[in-house]
Amino acid sequence: MHGHDPHFYESIQGFLGSYYLVLSIMNAVAALYLWRRLGRWLEAALLVVLFGGGFVVLSGIAYGGGTRVLGLPQSFKDFVNANTGPVIYTLGTTAVLVIFFVFRRFFTKPAVAWVSLNLALLFMGLSMTDPNFSLIVTKPDNVPIVGLIFLLGFFTWLATYKAVLNDDRLAQGLPPLEKEDSEKVLVWPDLVYTELICMIALTALLLVWAIGLKAPLEAPASSVKTPNPSKAPWYFLGLQEMLVYYDPWMAGVVLPSLVLVGLMAIPFLDFNKKGNGYYTIAERPFGYIIFQLGFLELWITLIILGTFLRGPNWNFFGPYEYWDPHKVLALNNKDLSQFFWVDLLDSGLPKAPSDSGTLVQLGYILKRECVGFVGLAVYFVLLPPILAMTVFRKFFARMGFIRYMLMSNLLLFMAALPLKMVLRWVFNLKYIVHIDEYFLNF
Amino acid sequence: MSLGETIRNSQVWKSIFRHPMPLDRRNRIVVMLTNFFLHLHPVSIKKQGIALSYTWCMGGVTFFLFLVETVTGVLLMFYYRPTLEWAYHDILDLRDVTSLGILRELHRWGAHAMVITVWLHMYRVFLTGSYKPPREFNWVVGVILLLLTLLLSFSGYLLPFDQLAIWAITVGSNMARASPILGYEGPFQQLLQIGDIDMITDTSDARFVTIGERNVGEMTLNRFYVLHCIGLPLAVTLLLAIHFWRVRKDGGISGPL
Repeated sequence: MHGHDPHFYESIQGFLGSYYLVLSIMNAVAALYLWRRLGRWLEAALLVVLFGGGFVVLSGIAYGGGTRVLGLPQSFKDFVNANTGPVIYTLGTTAVLVIFFVFRRFFTKPAVAWVSLNLALLFMGLSMTDPNFSLIVTKPDNVPIVGLIFLLGFFTWLATYKAVLNDDRLAQGLPPLEKEDSEKVLVWPDLVYTELICMIALTALLLVWAIGLKAPLEAPASSVKTPNPSKAPWYFLGLQEMLVYYDPWMAGVVLPSLVLVGLMAIPFLDFNKKGNGYYTIAERPFGYIIFQLGFLELWITLIILGTFLRGPNWNFFGPYEYWDPHKVLALNNKDLSQFFWVDLLDSGLPKAPSDSGTLVQLGYILKRECVGFVGLAVYFVLLPPILAMTVFRKFFARMGFIRYMLMSNLLLFMAALPLKMVLRWVFNLKYIVHIDEYFLNF
Repeated sequence: MSLGETIRNSQVWKSIFRHPMPLDRRNRIVVMLTNFFLHLHPVSIKKQGIALSYTWCMGGVTFFLFLVETVTGVLLMFYYRPTLEWAYHDILDLRDVTSLGILRELHRWGAHAMVITVWLHMYRVFLTGSYKPPREFNWVVGVILLLLTLLLSFSGYLLPFDQLAIWAITVGSNMARASPILGYEGPFQQLLQIGDIDMITDTSDARFVTIGERNVGEMTLNRFYVLHCIGLPLAVTLLLAIHFWRVRKDGGISGPL
C-alpha cells in the first residue's frame, strides 16, 4: 500500500457487509422461485445452503470487522499483476468470448449461468478488499462501468439462451419461441401498466443511486496542472486506447467515423433475410460473430481496459497494482521503413538533400515509405477482389460490386486494429507508413 | 353520487378526457386513440412484443432517462451560470448548500445510465435482427441518436469545470486537431493552402471550431453549454419523433413474420 487510507479496511466494512447480504437475499429469492414456481426443491435447498448461507457468513464477517481476511491471497494478486498486460488481456478476453460462444449450449444453462454470476460477484467482493482495486472501481464515474459489465453479461446470457432455444426449435422445423406469443393483447392495460411500473422502479433506482453515490467534483479547472493520467469520458476510452496503436487522426477521427458509417450500413449490407424479429445464431452466424467481435471485443473490452487498467502515462497496471507514476516501460518501437532500409538493406533511410524542392522531397518520402505503401495497397486494394474470388465468393455474387466493396473495406478497417495490435506486440512495429512531414502516420 | 363520480361527470373533466374510464374493451381502445400521450402506442399489440425478455425495455428506459435528464437539466439551469467565474462555484453550491443539490447526482447518473441503456437497446435490436427490412432506415436514425446521446454526455461533462471536466474535454477535443484536411496537425491539411497562405491554422481548424479558442476555456464552456442545453436536445427531440413514428409505420415492434 502506498499512501492509502490507514483506515481502509474499516471504511469498507459497511459496504461489504451490505453487499454480501444483498447477494444472500438474491439467492434466497431465486431459491424461493425455484421451489414455489418450478417445484424444484432440491436445487432450491442447495442454493439456500451453499450461496445464501455462504454469503450470510461473509456478510457477518464483514460487518464484524473482519474485512482483512475476506481478500484474495497476496500471492495470487501478485501473480495477476505480474502476468497481465495488454497482450494477455486482449488475447484472454478474446479467448473467453470464443469459449463462451463455442460452448454456449453449456454456459447458457440457467444453473451454470447462476453459479457463474455468483462466482463473479464473489470474486468482485473479494477483490474489493484490495485498496488499489477498490480505489479505481469505486471512483464515482467508474461505478456505471462496473454496472455495464454485469448488465452486458446478463443480457448477453439472456439473448444467447433464447437463441439456443430457438435454434433447436428451428432445427426441428418449429417456429421460433417468439412466434408462439403472436396473440394480440390491448395496450391498455397490458403495456401501459408495464411502462408505469418500469418508470417507478427506475425512478426509485436513480434516487437510491443519487443518494448513495456523490457525483464527482475535483479541484477547480487549471490549464497548467495536467493530471496524470488525463482521460476522456469513459465511453470514449476505447478510442483513447486505440491511440496506443494509431495516431489521433486514425484513432480519434477516421476509425470512429467508420464505426458510425459501418453501423448505419449494417441493414444495407446484411442480405440475409432470416433472423428478423427473433433471437437466433444459427440462421445468421456471420453477422452475429462480426457484430459481437466489434461490440464486445473491440468496443467494450477496450473501454474496460482504458478505464480500469491504464494508469499514469497510459501505462498498463494490473487490477491490484498501485498506480505508480514513476513506472517506466522501455519503448523501442520501430517503423516498417527502418526494418526495411536499416535492418534489411543495411543502408540509411533515404533522405532528400536539404536544398531540394518539394517534388524531390516528396519523391524521397515515397521511396522511403515504399514498402509500407505497397503493404497498404495489397491490404486495401488487392485483398477485396482476392476475397471476392475465394472466401466471400457467395457474398460477392449476392451483394453486387458496390455493396461488396463497402462491406469488405469496412471489415478490413475493423480488422486493421487487431492486426496493428499483433504487429506491435510481435515486432514492436510502430508505423507502417511514417510521414511526419505531412502528419500522415498509419 | 360519490365525489369521484361527480368529478368524472363534471364538464371540466369531460373536456379533458373525452371518454369514460378505460374499464371495458371499447373504452380501452378509445383511450389509446384520444389521449395525446398514449397515441404513440398502437391499440393492440402482439403479446411477444411486450415481453420484457424480448425487448429488455431498453428503448423505453432510454426515452424515460431522456425525460429525466430534461427535467433535472432545466431545474439545474436555474442554479448554474456557464462562466469561468461562477461555473465551478455553482456546482460547489449544488453539492454543499443548495437544498435540491441531489438534482446534479440524478442528472449525472441518469446521463451515464442513458449511455449504457442506449447501447443495450442497440445490442437488443441487432441480436433480434430488428434492423432488417422494413426497419433499415429506423436503425440509421437510431445510430444517429446514439451518437447524439454520446455528444450530449460529452458536452455536459465540461460544465462542472473542474479538473476532471476540463482535461477530459481537452483529451477528447485534441482529436479534432488531427482531423484529415481540417485539422491543424492532421494529414493533408496542406491541401487547403492558397499560395503561401495556410487556411488551416490553430485558430481556424476543426478543434478551434469545436472549443471556440486555442485551449479549453470560457468560450468552450459557452459553446458546450448552448449545445448541451439547446442544440443537441432539439436535434434529439426531432429524431426521437421520427424514430417513434417510424416504429409504428414500419409495422410496430419487430417479431417473427
